[in-house]
Amino acid sequence: MATLLEVENLRTQFETSAGTVRAVDGVSYTVEEGETVGIVGESGCGKSVGALSVLRLIPNPPGRVVGGSIRFRGEDLLAMSDEKLHAVRGGQIAMVFQEPMTSLNPVLTIGLQLCETMQFHLKLSHEQARLRAVELLGMVGISEPGRRLDQYPHHLSGGMRQRVMIALAMSCKPKLIIADEPTTALDVTIQAQILELMKDLTKRFGVALIVITHNLGVVARYADRVNVMYAGRIVESGTAADIYHRPMHPYTLGLLRSVPRMDRPRGEKLIPIDGQPPDLTREITGCAYRPRCSFATERCAREDPALEEIGPGHRSACFERNRLARVLKVAS
Amino acid sequence: MSAAPASSQHPLLEVKNLRMHFPVTEGVMFRKVVATVKAVDDVSFSLRAGETLGLVGESGCGKTTTGRCILQLERPTAGEIIFEGEDLAKLDRKGLVAKRERMQVIFQDPYSSLNPRMKVGSIIGEPMKVHGILPDAKQRRERVAELLSVCGLNPKFMDRYPHEMSGGQRQRVGIARALALNPQFIVCDEAVSALDVSIQAQVINLLEDLRDKFNLSYLFIAHDLSVVRHLCHRVAVMYLGKLVEVAESDELFDHPRHPYTKALLEAVPIPDPTVEKGRVHRIMQGEVPSPMNPPSGCVFHPRCPIAVDSCKHEVPQARELRPGHWVACPRV
Repeated sequence: MATLLEVENLRTQFETSAGTVRAVDGVSYTVEEGETVGIVGESGCGKSVGALSVLRLIPNPPGRVVGGSIRFRGEDLLAMSDEKLHAVRGGQIAMVFQEPMTSLNPVLTIGLQLCETMQFHLKLSHEQARLRAVELLGMVGISEPGRRLDQYPHHLSGGMRQRVMIALAMSCKPKLIIADEPTTALDVTIQAQILELMKDLTKRFGVALIVITHNLGVVARYADRVNVMYAGRIVESGTAADIYHRPMHPYTLGLLRSVPRMDRPRGEKLIPIDGQPPDLTREITGCAYRPRCSFATERCAREDPALEEIGPGHRSACFERNRLARVLKVAS
Repeated sequence: MSAAPASSQHPLLEVKNLRMHFPVTEGVMFRKVVATVKAVDDVSFSLRAGETLGLVGESGCGKTTTGRCILQLERPTAGEIIFEGEDLAKLDRKGLVAKRERMQVIFQDPYSSLNPRMKVGSIIGEPMKVHGILPDAKQRRERVAELLSVCGLNPKFMDRYPHEMSGGQRQRVGIARALALNPQFIVCDEAVSALDVSIQAQVINLLEDLRDKFNLSYLFIAHDLSVVRHLCHRVAVMYLGKLVEVAESDELFDHPRHPYTKALLEAVPIPDPTVEKGRVHRIMQGEVPSPMNPPSGCVFHPRCPIAVDSCKHEVPQARELRPGHWVACPRV
């Protein structure tokens, strides 16, 4: 499998009245063709900003990508001309957002929104685009697709709107879809329908998928590989099995111990992570997780741990990972 | 559905045949009722002292409305709400105010449920003032300080405004306010849903500790089934204004009987890739119908995998399959 997307040392900052926010602070990862990569973390960890940076969708001002490179099929998206980027955005890389009501245009019909994109990217005629639009809506499980083309987003339920978003994302035969919290606003049975649909379509057409979510269950069910983010950095990355069964960063372990599990009987105590995420307007010396970490040592306050390879495809940014591994081994 | 426990102990709260129908009107000058939304339709359950009952279901199933009716924030269309032996609907204003001391509520959104112009100290102290408990300002401050520290906050926070605090801290303020009058019973309406995983675990543990410490009863309204299993002794599942299943928590999650409960549980992803690989992902099709025009007979029949013809006409009655396990489906 070839590498589709290579993000290297990406840094995105926002200028605010409170100071410079280092929302994404040196993030590197890759996405292979056809695979599903999950990006997990809590609010404000930079997972959405990192994904929006890939498509240069960060509003400037106040935001700015200040460093790094993003290579998509060998070409640097950050250095690309606007014209060339237009062809990639919505074409080869498509996006699905959290809130389908705000990401669809409320005053345009669904047909128009679907056709406009295809006429631009695929150079289809209006009639060809309409035919393909009907086909796409049918593919994402919308009943009476012909009639829906002339409806507006408010005619549809939240789940249906998200199906339209997926049809829109798939419409120009993308190589990569970035889905930012695609099901957070939806009920659990609708969430399952939408995720299953995305999995099915991406498998069928060989599309790579980046799923950004705070839901560890969603990632466990759908992702091949996982990046865990904290305070603008990736602190651990690996296969889903690595992350869930052999966590090598205290934050990953903390997250796993914090979530209640539906398959565990009542009465097990949760082990929350103490404290709160750091203020990203302040310069952080040493490891950003240190104030909340039970493994922290003197060294963690001085030095900044780098994300290092610790096994095939498994990376961790923690000095004390061996001690963590021993503790986990004893515990099991 | 009467899911009263077998013990002779008198229940703290009994909800009998509760109905809450909202009229849908048309016209500005000549308002006429064109339809009714049956938000809650013939719901009965009971709650023992010290018990936590989970009320789960998808958006629009009537779980929040049920909570609001119990608190008398809505005047129910029909039915009885018996709290500590008295029917709340029959009480006069004075009697109701006295009862309200004993029942409190924690809301979902810690941003909109705290008055932004009041300091934390006044927010927590106001209920005591209204109910004439601790009229002395100095004593009240002492009590507020105590409540803050019970909820894991520094007593100095009483001089802060809500906007100076994080979401998790605000939710703790909401909890402290609910505790101010020493209630017996608290409605937790999606009380941890807006919080990030690590903060959510802190608040869940706090709710558990407080329950043990003050022998509180919770009606825990939530859509997150993992949290519900973790926290609740008993669980009631709602669909389209009706209760479909009630059972002890572990019994319900390990042996769900109603087809809706089964579909709901299967839809929830579990944060463990190995467990997920071994699960069947049968996805329930369709969406929840409008409560304005609910299906005839069993409201679940259009989406039900085991429905037969008679389900279209007959409203299913609750049956007790095992002691304490009630199901409203004749086919299981």
